[in-house]
Amino acid sequence: MTSISMGTSRTTAERLATIRGGAKPKRHNARTIAALTRNPGCARRAVLDTAGVDKQRLAAYIDFPARFGQSGFAIARGNAFEAQVKASGAAELVKLLRERLGLPIPEVAYDDLETVTGREKETAEVRYARSRALLLRAAAGEDGAGTLFDHPLLGLDVAGQRVYLEPDLIAFQHEGRFHVVEIKSFAVVDGQADPGKVSAAAIQSAVYVLAMRQMLAEAGHDPEIVAHDVVLVCPRDFSNQPTAVLVDVRKQLAVLRRQLGRMTKVEEMLAVLPPNLCFDLAPDADGVPTRAPEALVDALQTVDARYAPDCLSVCELAYFCRAEARGCTAALGTSAREELGGIERVETALGLAKGELTPADDQAEAATLLRNAARLRAEVLVAAAGAAG
Amino acid sequence: MSTLTALARAEAVAVGQAQRITTVRHLHVADRPLVFIPLSMAGEANAPLAALVGTVPDDPRLLVVPQPRNRDQRFGFAAELAEVLLPYLDSFRGVTEAVAANRGKEVRYRYVDAPQVLVPNSAGIGFVRMFGRSTRFRRTDGDYPVQPSVPLLGQWLTFLADRAEHPGSGMLLAMTEALGLHWATGQSALEDAHLAALLAWIDPADGLSGADAAVVAEDPLRWPPAGPATDPTFDNEMLAPAMAAYQEAVGSGDEVRRSRARGVLEEAVRSQLGPTWELMWRGVSLLRELPVGSRVPGRWAEDRDVFSTFTLYVDGGGYPQPRRDGAVNAAQRLHRLERALQSYAVQRAYDDPLVMADHRLTGEAFVGEVTLADAHRIDDSGKRRVLRPRIQVTTGDVVLVTAGAVLHSPSRPGQKARVVFVTPDPASGRTDVVLELSGGLGRSLSPAPGSVPEVGDRLCYTTLSDSFMPPGEFPSREETPWTHGGPPKAYEEPVEPSVDDAREEWS
Repeated sequence: MTSISMGTSRTTAERLATIRGGAKPKRHNARTIAALTRNPGCARRAVLDTAGVDKQRLAAYIDFPARFGQSGFAIARGNAFEAQVKASGAAELVKLLRERLGLPIPEVAYDDLETVTGREKETAEVRYARSRALLLRAAAGEDGAGTLFDHPLLGLDVAGQRVYLEPDLIAFQHEGRFHVVEIKSFAVVDGQADPGKVSAAAIQSAVYVLAMRQMLAEAGHDPEIVAHDVVLVCPRDFSNQPTAVLVDVRKQLAVLRRQLGRMTKVEEMLAVLPPNLCFDLAPDADGVPTRAPEALVDALQTVDARYAPDCLSVCELAYFCRAEARGCTAALGTSAREELGGIERVETALGLAKGELTPADDQAEAATLLRNAARLRAEVLVAAAGAAG
Repeated sequence: MSTLTALARAEAVAVGQAQRITTVRHLHVADRPLVFIPLSMAGEANAPLAALVGTVPDDPRLLVVPQPRNRDQRFGFAAELAEVLLPYLDSFRGVTEAVAANRGKEVRYRYVDAPQVLVPNSAGIGFVRMFGRSTRFRRTDGDYPVQPSVPLLGQWLTFLADRAEHPGSGMLLAMTEALGLHWATGQSALEDAHLAALLAWIDPADGLSGADAAVVAEDPLRWPPAGPATDPTFDNEMLAPAMAAYQEAVGSGDEVRRSRARGVLEEAVRSQLGPTWELMWRGVSLLRELPVGSRVPGRWAEDRDVFSTFTLYVDGGGYPQPRRDGAVNAAQRLHRLERALQSYAVQRAYDDPLVMADHRLTGEAFVGEVTLADAHRIDDSGKRRVLRPRIQVTTGDVVLVTAGAVLHSPSRPGQKARVVFVTPDPASGRTDVVLELSGGLGRSLSPAPGSVPEVGDRLCYTTLSDSFMPPGEFPSREETPWTHGGPPKAYEEPVEPSVDDAREEWS
């Protein structure tokens, strides 16, 4: 008999596989983890993401397709810019690091860790092992350990499960210190960029910093050798010329740590779910999933969601959850819900406002405010209608 | 969001239609606004792809850039846009009116009307700002020369984008924000940024609830995004092939083929812009139907002032606005915006009992009936006998003001009311407030007729004050302290664009 914890974790893995239903798990990337931490209270999202369910396909099949299409133009421009920065052993990047950030880099070795053996279908484990070996060698300060590591595969524990990050970064090592370098194709015009895009990039970089620190700490290194300043490389003004800025992600790191810590362990979430829960999208001979959409909707409804309008921009299932949340004050936005005294349902809030419902003890304060608001609104609107009529 | 607005959103859900959150319109709607719907190319830094622009609903002008990455074509677009915008701006430079300045010692002139540009959403304002930035430093000589209208366009677009930040200005408005100022929908503020969905709630199609109409409106095939970002599916399935075909046709040297390919491309972008064009004008008519607030013309006069001043600056060959503000300019600008924001909030509350209701709910204002009045009360405690009438107002509102506070009544500007006593009556839930009035009473020791409220009058009193706020003082630009970077750098001052500016790289 092995230890109980291993037994539990095997069961968890099996259950997650059942939930996923035979398909290969969707791999996490920094964006999905960053999004996960935006709404840590959502069990539906946590279970589906931890199991690696293809939410995009699921949402499309139940007729609530996500609208995360990417324009070919944007992809082309992003790829072209990244390729340009990384061309000839990342020559432009090194120049930027030297000139803009004043880093004295004598010699540069560039390792691309996208593939280990040149074969396409390498397992995450193989790639992770290779990334880990190279980065640890660099951390130990061995001679010729390398300077730039492109696409290192990193791992992170999310809700008690190890997930691998499909990487989109370069780790830059200089004198035993690491910087995360992220290349983005949004423009920095006159030193300013779209704040939304910058903060999205910062939180993604923070995920990488966290994962690298975790890996180094596990190997007995000081995690702080990964700098909290990440290097963001973007096109300058309206040109294709790259520019680099340091972005301090300490705040994002704190948020991430807190949110990841708050996430319920997946075991606990699974414990309250039906044992046969499954989102199998396995197709029949015609390529159509064998299970009826209704069955998948039923399955979804057994897992609680916590919808907020923010979800529309980050979660593939958001349109389904929004339809489900009709009539909830949360669907009007966090601040509207708060202003309505935290009352969950719209009809309850209105009932209390009109004095048709008797408030529960914990609703008394909210009810007074709502009744006052309703009285004022009615008084003014009646007077205005009188004046106009 | 205030509780009243949240309540209106809840009502909108129950009723299935957006609810009014104002009783009047709080912005100026011009007789002849210029509607401008820009589209940009995905992935590029504000590269124009197309635009619909015009002042008449049935006569939009379509501008298209067949290859947005091409530098010449981009500035060709700018020149075409200038052909529409600059004459529009000039059309307001006819009649002026005299305004007393410097306490009546001087007279200055301002135009009796001013331009108003309407874009669909706040990203549209962002486009105007960025396109202004990308055009105002261009030169008409040297490398990459452009039409003289291009840098001028850039200055004006920058001017408009700056005005859009100014609370209460109506020179450049985003339709979603203009509508959202007056209606609460049954969806979130995030979803209100979608013009078609917002209008679906305000004015749902027959037989549909706002919620259902909004879901229909979110379908990019029926209602393409209002820009500047395009629908990715449109990019991939229609735009990319049409652009490639055009490119090929140009390469073939066959003029007929080229013109046909351009026609296809134009139809493609028109299909994306046309529906938004209709929505914009629907928005304009919805706004026009609202009765205008009494302080709106005053704010529009300020816009006309600023417009008149800037025309003088441009006529005098003023250099383009700097890339960034220097420390002193930035501080002054921020100060101006803060003052404008405060005054705008007060003015809206004074103009609109429904906005004032927000303040009544939080105890910063109350409405009540005058139950006692001593109009001839004389205060002889000081050196001089002064007229200080007292009134008692009885209200059912929450009263959080305390004795000594100075209040104002929107219907009696220029008169101050100092709170003397506040006496709540827990039994009736009503509160008696005794107020001592000063100002606006005439010059003698007996009040001018009508200057003191009478018993039975219904009045609003509030802590909000619409009185003049003296501007703050700032050091001169040359005296910018070192803590703030010292005197401004070249890029922080308006200067003549250099040859390097004009050469600025373009992808």
